[in-house]
Amino acid sequence: MTRALAGPGAATVAPRVAFDWRPVVRIGAIGGAVSLYLCLVGIVPVFNQRPLIIGVISLGQTALVLSLFATGFVATRKLTGTAGARFLAGGLAGGIAGAVLSALVLVGSVVPLRNVFLNASPELYDLLTFGLGTSGFWAPLVTGIALGALAGGFSLLRPRLRRSLYVGFLSVVIMGLFAGLIRTPLLSSPLENLARLLFAPEGLTPVGAVITFAVAVALNEYRRTNDLGRRYRAVPSDRRWTVIAPAAVVLSIAVLILPQTLGSFFAQVIAIVALYVMMGLGLNITLGLAGLLDLGFVAFFAVGAYTVGLLTSTGEYGIAQWSFWAAVPFAVFFAMLFGAFLGLPILGIRGDYLAIATMGFGEIIRILAGSDLLKPLLGGPRGITNIPKPFDVPPDHWLAGPNQIYYIALAGAALIAFIAWRLRGSHLGRAWLAIREDEDVAEATGINLVQTKLLAYILGAAFAGLGGAVFAALVGSIFASSIQLIVSINVVALIIVGGMGSIPGVVVGAIFLIGLPELFREFSEYRYLFYGFALIAMMRFRPEGLLPSRVTLRELHVAENEQPPDAAEGALVAQEEAG
Amino acid sequence: MQVGAIERVTEVAIAVFLWALRVVVILVVVVGSALTLMSGRYSLETWSNLVVSGLTLGSIYALIALGYTMVYGILRMINFAHGEIFTSGAFAGYFIAVGLNSVGFLNASPLASLLSVVIMIAVAIAISTPLALLVERIAYRPLRNAPRLVPLISAIGASYVLQYTYRGLFGPGIYSYPSVAWLNELLPIGGLRIRVLDVLVVASAIAMMVGLYLFVMRTKMGTAIRAVSEDKETAALMGIDVNRAIVTTFALGAVMAGAAGVLYSLLYTQVYYLTGFIPGIKAFTAAVLGGIGNIPGAMLGGLFLGQVESIGPTLFLDGFGVPSPNQLKDVIAFTMLVLVLVFRPSGILGERIAKARA
Amino acid sequence: MPLLTAQQVTKRFGGLVAVNSLDFTLEQGSIVSVIGPNGAGKTTFFNCIAGFYKTDGGSISFDGTPINNLRPDQIAALKINRTYQNIRLFQNMSAIENVLVGQHRHLHTPWIASVLNTRGVREEEAAALDEARELLRYVGLQGRGDILAGKLPYGDQRRLEVARALATRPRLLLLDEPTAGMNPSEKQQMTAFIRRLRDDKGITILLIEHEMRVVMGISERITVLNYGEKLAEGTPREIQTDERVIEAYLGRSGSGDESAAQRAGGAAEPTAGAATTVTGA
Repeated sequence: MTRALAGPGAATVAPRVAFDWRPVVRIGAIGGAVSLYLCLVGIVPVFNQRPLIIGVISLGQTALVLSLFATGFVATRKLTGTAGARFLAGGLAGGIAGAVLSALVLVGSVVPLRNVFLNASPELYDLLTFGLGTSGFWAPLVTGIALGALAGGFSLLRPRLRRSLYVGFLSVVIMGLFAGLIRTPLLSSPLENLARLLFAPEGLTPVGAVITFAVAVALNEYRRTNDLGRRYRAVPSDRRWTVIAPAAVVLSIAVLILPQTLGSFFAQVIAIVALYVMMGLGLNITLGLAGLLDLGFVAFFAVGAYTVGLLTSTGEYGIAQWSFWAAVPFAVFFAMLFGAFLGLPILGIRGDYLAIATMGFGEIIRILAGSDLLKPLLGGPRGITNIPKPFDVPPDHWLAGPNQIYYIALAGAALIAFIAWRLRGSHLGRAWLAIREDEDVAEATGINLVQTKLLAYILGAAFAGLGGAVFAALVGSIFASSIQLIVSINVVALIIVGGMGSIPGVVVGAIFLIGLPELFREFSEYRYLFYGFALIAMMRFRPEGLLPSRVTLRELHVAENEQPPDAAEGALVAQEEAG
Repeated sequence: MQVGAIERVTEVAIAVFLWALRVVVILVVVVGSALTLMSGRYSLETWSNLVVSGLTLGSIYALIALGYTMVYGILRMINFAHGEIFTSGAFAGYFIAVGLNSVGFLNASPLASLLSVVIMIAVAIAISTPLALLVERIAYRPLRNAPRLVPLISAIGASYVLQYTYRGLFGPGIYSYPSVAWLNELLPIGGLRIRVLDVLVVASAIAMMVGLYLFVMRTKMGTAIRAVSEDKETAALMGIDVNRAIVTTFALGAVMAGAAGVLYSLLYTQVYYLTGFIPGIKAFTAAVLGGIGNIPGAMLGGLFLGQVESIGPTLFLDGFGVPSPNQLKDVIAFTMLVLVLVFRPSGILGERIAKARA
Repeated sequence: MPLLTAQQVTKRFGGLVAVNSLDFTLEQGSIVSVIGPNGAGKTTFFNCIAGFYKTDGGSISFDGTPINNLRPDQIAALKINRTYQNIRLFQNMSAIENVLVGQHRHLHTPWIASVLNTRGVREEEAAALDEARELLRYVGLQGRGDILAGKLPYGDQRRLEVARALATRPRLLLLDEPTAGMNPSEKQQMTAFIRRLRDDKGITILLIEHEMRVVMGISERITVLNYGEKLAEGTPREIQTDERVIEAYLGRSGSGDESAAQRAGGAAEPTAGAATTVTGA
């Protein structure tokens, strides 16, 4: 995470030293604070137990190294001057950061920091001092100086080389994170020996790390020298599908056979992602197209889930023992009814108030669903259990167990994506966009605001209801604590991070904000920390989302001047050359 | 024409629905209250206790709500992370309390206890304020001119970051405040017996709110804040340092929230990393209820919400024989919120932000 | 019967009376301008007709139907539409999409049919596209349909706004300062264009304008507002020579404005069908 480099410019101070040391010191202090944070919040000590490259470096140590290195790099990146100055500046910044950690060790040996900060423990101090304990308090300082100076040297390298190294290291880190997940399914395949060579049970083997690095750098070089990015952009946009289509076909096949190859854990994660895609597409209509900020969206999900539960459950609260397929249309219908019911009174409310009102609805429904008042009907806090799976098949059938939900979820998501796509291109979709652009003018052009907004609300609700129905079948039960406000917030976040108003954007958003945290369950609570930082960073650097629709892209970069296409292309190429 | 028919039906449906809503609400409130009171199940003392705890809780909501309303007034943005600033105050107070208790100061004498509370609040403010400014600097300032959803997501991110930072720093457990004997003593006030703690909470809250009101109305910076809330561009043209006004607003909100954190934890004797989430949401509800951007409105909204939560379930629902009515206290609060927004969208006292048309 | 009749229309904002007991009639097929100093209540009056404001007194009726408390979309359904003083296009939609939104009220296929892409939907969309392209051609934007509205040059944006209003097939068009920000040659083009709208399509035009050359050159009748009240009403020549109007708005003798008014008055009275342009000095 880069920090702002704001500080007195080198030009304002006539340097008698080889560089202006004030911003360097400031960056060093910030770096120290960040490193201290990483230690105290637990990332360094807890992740120390997870190796990145087995026998070489742990994930926690990597975090620390990166932090110190980055401090040095940020400090020296924009410096002019001699190479010696760079090393000095880097070392200074890194040293200051390291000094903060040294201070931590010293203070911790005297003051019982552990009473406040759980992670200020002897284990942490040992980690920081390479096992020397308090007497080795100088170790972080020295490490900081060394890494900072190294970073200074790194900043001397040509940008092209730097980028290759980035790609290499980044690939090693990513592969290290995923290593365990990839290794396990591969062990029961013909690639078993390769898997053992490259991956340890957690993290990469040293051999694996080297090979990953080399392959990543090589691929990057290939991409660059053949200028693949430019060649893709040169293809006119309506012919691009000829490039994408083969890749899409391969991806589709891979997705279809996934449960058989990669196992049911992956299948489950993807099923959850698909559920959030369904909800995301629903909210995409309500929020992304019509501009209605609905923070109570999870309520419709709940209606769908409870309807399926009530209609199909074989337990004590089931009121009929229908099949899943018979219940689904009712789930969707009731969700839509709810959407109309809730939408009618609140559609006159504007903007942020609508967010709060809908949030209130969501909470009301959650509490009522789990309350004693409605317990005879909805099962109270325990909810409705014994919801059967849609297909009643013998256990060794390929559709047995969670796998069938996987396929159903995918099918549902695809269906909804299709409907959303069609709606977007219709006159209704245009009306929604117009409302989002300028509600008053849209009305004056003849659009009935209440009806159109209500329709957006109802359709969004329908999609969420379908998601809820599938969820009920996936989990086999539904209870009030599945209906948290946090689910609505997650859906809002994922469509914004993915790219509001854009259907592929919703999918991407779901993969990143839902799929990744699910995959990294082993990091349990820290994944939310990263999630939060990721949200902040995304909004800072790419608020239009990862795959924005062209509408959102223009909305957020309105102030930027646009050059005619040729000039922009030329500028792009020049930029790439410069690295 | 077919389209026109659907329109008319929708309009009629909405009108009927809203009228029915009004009728149902009035019925529930009036009939429920009547039934409960007539059953005579609850003594005057019970009711007065409920009113007092409503007042106490309401004061805390009011303190937090002020932060929301001021930030919204000046930036048109929902500071989702404000609840987490509240939590920081609660944690700071906790560690100070434990420290003071371990040296025997906390319960040494009534004066010592009072002094301890003051110290806890002071330290809490000293922690919450820089934290809030840090959040503003990193998560909000770069996004000043972005469309409103962008800072909202950033605020949500900041909320997550703070929550799980607390969890990482302090662990997932629930921490109990050491008990302060003096606070639980009963004072005879006006024929009732009220806890010292309740008096303290209400008194502190009122003092802070009065202080804030005077600041905003009488000082130069307060006027600057109000000017920037009205019209940022013009205020800047008049020579007002908009940035400083914004930062000061965040600081003021953080002071309120930090103090509220200590008071809340003294009331509920517990703090953990998610302590601030729900009170945060309720406080924002209160701010909207009173009229967002409106400072007296936030105070009123907070107190009102506190009372509704406290008395509402017993008063309205018990009469109908609803089992465990206290489970539904949030339902009452949120229903009230929705009703206010439907029938009086600018809140009880009206928002201070004009909405222009055409 | 006049197409539009306003009787004793009053609109207040707090203590300020923006429009005060205004009477006004508009004949079918005419081009009428409303002029007056800034703050005279012209745009407020427009907003009352268009349904953006509710009147505080008086009534407005269109073709015999009272309209003063209808919503803007209901007004649009009655075939009244408008353009805006500050252009209000849907910036992030393409030009043709803007026009297509204007056709919203004519597109009746339900959303389910859109999802299923029935033949009815396909035909309706194709017809709508054809009409939209034709409107773009009519306003001089042919071939530019895919450009984002916000990226068009200023004059084109004004014309696109008219195209969008035309897509609603209006009988009455309210144009709020349609030549604001244009250079003299663009103003001439716009003036001729407005006349064509009436001549080709039979649309009644009500115009707010500050540019006197345009006003005098195109209007059949002019209404002058001042402080929310009607100051004078009549043909261009009558208005130019009306003492009160000159004092309040057009300017006294000796200043350049009078000669401008005289020059404008020297142009021939607009006749239907003639492509008269006003020559500027």
